[in-house]
Amino acid sequence: MSSTAVGAEHHDHGPAKGLKRWLYTTNHKDIGTMYLVLSFVMFLYGGAFAMGIRLELFEPGIQYFSPEKYNQMITMHGLIMVFGAVMPAFVGLANWMIPLQIGAPDMALPRMNNWSFWILPFAFSMLSMTTFMDGGAPNFGWTFYAPLSTTYAPPSTTFFIFAVHMMGISSIMGAINVIVTIFNMRAPGMTWMKMPLFVWTWLITAFLLIAAMPVLAGAVTMMLFDIHLGTSFFDAAGGGDPVLFQHIFWFFGHPEVYIMILPAFGVVSAILPAFARKPLFGYTSMVWAVASIALLSFIVWAHHMFLVGMPLVAELFFMYATMLIAIPTGIKVFNWMATLYQGSITFETPMLFALAFLVLFTCGGLSGLMLSIGPADFQYHDTYFVVAHFHYVLVPGAVFAIMAGAYYWLPKWTGHMYDERLGKIHFWLSFISINVTFFPQHFLGLAGMPRRIPDYALMFSDFNMMSSIGGLTYGVSQLLFVYIIIKCVRGGEKASEKPWDGAEGLEWTVPSPAPYHTFSTPPKVD
Amino acid sequence: MRILSFLALALYASTGFADWQLNMPQGVTSSSNEIYDLHQLILWICAVIGLLVTAGIGYCLIKFRKSKGAVPAKWDENLFAEVTWTVIPTIILVLMAIPASKTLANLYDTSNSEVDILVTGYQWKWQYEYIDEEVGFFSNMSTPRDQIEGDAEKGEHYLLEVDEPMVVPVGKKIRLLLTAKDVIHSWWIPEFGVKKDAVPGFINESWMVIDEPGVYRGQCTELCGKDHGFMPVVVHAVSEQEYDAWVAGKKEIAAQAALASMKTYSKDELMAEGEAVYMRTCAACHQANGTGIPAAGFPSLIGSPLIEGDVAGHIDIVLNGKPATAMQAFAAQLNDVELAAVVTYERNAWGNDKGDVVQPADVAAMRAEKE
Repeated sequence: MSSTAVGAEHHDHGPAKGLKRWLYTTNHKDIGTMYLVLSFVMFLYGGAFAMGIRLELFEPGIQYFSPEKYNQMITMHGLIMVFGAVMPAFVGLANWMIPLQIGAPDMALPRMNNWSFWILPFAFSMLSMTTFMDGGAPNFGWTFYAPLSTTYAPPSTTFFIFAVHMMGISSIMGAINVIVTIFNMRAPGMTWMKMPLFVWTWLITAFLLIAAMPVLAGAVTMMLFDIHLGTSFFDAAGGGDPVLFQHIFWFFGHPEVYIMILPAFGVVSAILPAFARKPLFGYTSMVWAVASIALLSFIVWAHHMFLVGMPLVAELFFMYATMLIAIPTGIKVFNWMATLYQGSITFETPMLFALAFLVLFTCGGLSGLMLSIGPADFQYHDTYFVVAHFHYVLVPGAVFAIMAGAYYWLPKWTGHMYDERLGKIHFWLSFISINVTFFPQHFLGLAGMPRRIPDYALMFSDFNMMSSIGGLTYGVSQLLFVYIIIKCVRGGEKASEKPWDGAEGLEWTVPSPAPYHTFSTPPKVD
Repeated sequence: MRILSFLALALYASTGFADWQLNMPQGVTSSSNEIYDLHQLILWICAVIGLLVTAGIGYCLIKFRKSKGAVPAKWDENLFAEVTWTVIPTIILVLMAIPASKTLANLYDTSNSEVDILVTGYQWKWQYEYIDEEVGFFSNMSTPRDQIEGDAEKGEHYLLEVDEPMVVPVGKKIRLLLTAKDVIHSWWIPEFGVKKDAVPGFINESWMVIDEPGVYRGQCTELCGKDHGFMPVVVHAVSEQEYDAWVAGKKEIAAQAALASMKTYSKDELMAEGEAVYMRTCAACHQANGTGIPAAGFPSLIGSPLIEGDVAGHIDIVLNGKPATAMQAFAAQLNDVELAAVVTYERNAWGNDKGDVVQPADVAAMRAEKE
């Protein structure tokens, strides 16, 4: 970094060479790239566990993995996908796009930005190490209910707790950075209600992170005390309460669910207008809808706990509060539909993923509404119906939105157009296989198959086999995405400043690929 | 190859070999029927909304294509539309909330029960205690390990069969009191519409009135460790006369067991009984061949310190368990004959030639000492 010496050429210097560039970088684009690469590696890693799960469930009986290994796989799959794939992917998109979309030269706290990224590889290495420890990796599911995760947990749980703390620190620092950047570094004229929705959704997500992650840290710290220091927070024998754990966990867990979907709303709100060539319908109500979903997310947590034995009034309260979420979510879906209405639509890969998001997220939202109905949840709870529901909102929901965003902004990141034909093949393979995987799981759940079981009764055989075929196909299809990205980074048709004729926003006013430093002089927004 | 077998299975399906059940079972209790009706109502509302949304999107995608020369409009607001799609969903939600609240209140009404059963979840079995009858027993999965591991043909009720089911009378209000000894479990029979968590240290309540006699099957639905998938719930609903006869029979068996614990047994008798008890109760963790799964924290019993140590120490561990491990206290789960037999078996099986013979009286003495 010798060229950082004072001088008029300051804004022209490029990145340092070699490994040091990535270790020491404070550049939002470098850090964004590292987040995106890490999240994709984690997506394949967490996906490998999913492949193991689907392989074991292909037929009834125990074939490939013993029940204790199976429990470790579902736990690692959930933890890696939530904390390693989806969350860092959105942080990566935020790092790349928020400064570009608000006309800022970088994130407000660049050194902290570097640190929040570099914590993560170590956190996930530590989590992965537990696989090789005596007693095996954590085996209590990503929701780690006590006392299964305390008194009855394997010794590696302590390492799991430390890893979760590190992920939490990283997320909180990332969230602080987003908030400070958006509050202080908007270009002149970029008023609150002119900010792109991706920026708005991320701002709200960042507040959710700051409110929710410390609660998770509290939960795992209490576990640590129960395991090593003889406290009894979650042990009834010592005067504690196992249900308390669930209240604390889901007070974090429900906002966490929205942390994984709100930025997706932002991405889709950028892509649908771009390819419909028509402004986003109802910008103001979109912002208010996201804000109200975020607020509601703090008063609905116990709908995950309808069976723990709450009093009737609590059950009713959480049922009504949860049902309310359908209203702002419905507004968003209808607004997106109205954006398409009387547009001039084309079907490039980002648009295909965004449209699939719209249809399939709605499907996941509707099954969520069904789950909010307390008495019906008595039957759905902890069955494959729930598995189908949250995979519909997380895979064709969050993951498809991330894919859509990646295709949409790849020309800006790399300066090349991706291979459109391969992109479309990737989309159709993903779209079909994901439905073959998860739609039958609704039927399995209704017919009575509990979740988190390594083996099942014979009546569930057919749909499980179907689901496994879909899942394995989806997994393999993602390797095509690796190839498409590598191909796009290496070369391809040159991308113009604004490769999508309907796209809006400051990011399309800088050259492609975006130079190492952008907006050193703030643009004027009117 | 796998795809071929999948297609073959799909063909079989129509002949009833396996089924493609799509919906929730309707059930045999008033609660399950109420839940079913509620489920059908919201399922149809959601399906219709989902189809309308998809159709609306499909219409836009066909009608407003650039390739068909569609010219984009400029508008981005319409107050009437926005108010409409806020108000109508709100009304639909209220209409859903009314029946849901009524059903919920009904499901919470456990008053005026006629039979009370305490259900206790253990890793990985259920204990049923009939509070007014002084009858109690454990219910373990009875599917043999070789079916699970693929060495034998899987039976009709694979994974959904137990050695001793809960037996209840039809037409009576049965109140379940649920708790657990180790981790959280959850007791579920889909046909009853009853699912409730069994939480250690707390007691939850649920109830059912079963309309039709029959055998009803379900599973534990809360992840509870290694054998969470092998913890079925089976209930036999019988007429009142059959139920009374069953209760009388259980009491008779209990009386005989009390007598049996006074007797002295030969080593062969103990080994035979011990093997049966071991396979039912211990093999899930310590494995049928005694090797355990050391990597998962379940120690081997072959030449282990426990076996090499004295008999009293061995009986003590089996009776009282080992705190903070998966090793449970079996004092309440097994009677003196079973305990004596299983300790004898462990000390003399798989090459453990200790030669010790433990009698029920030895176990009874240890129990007395503890108390």
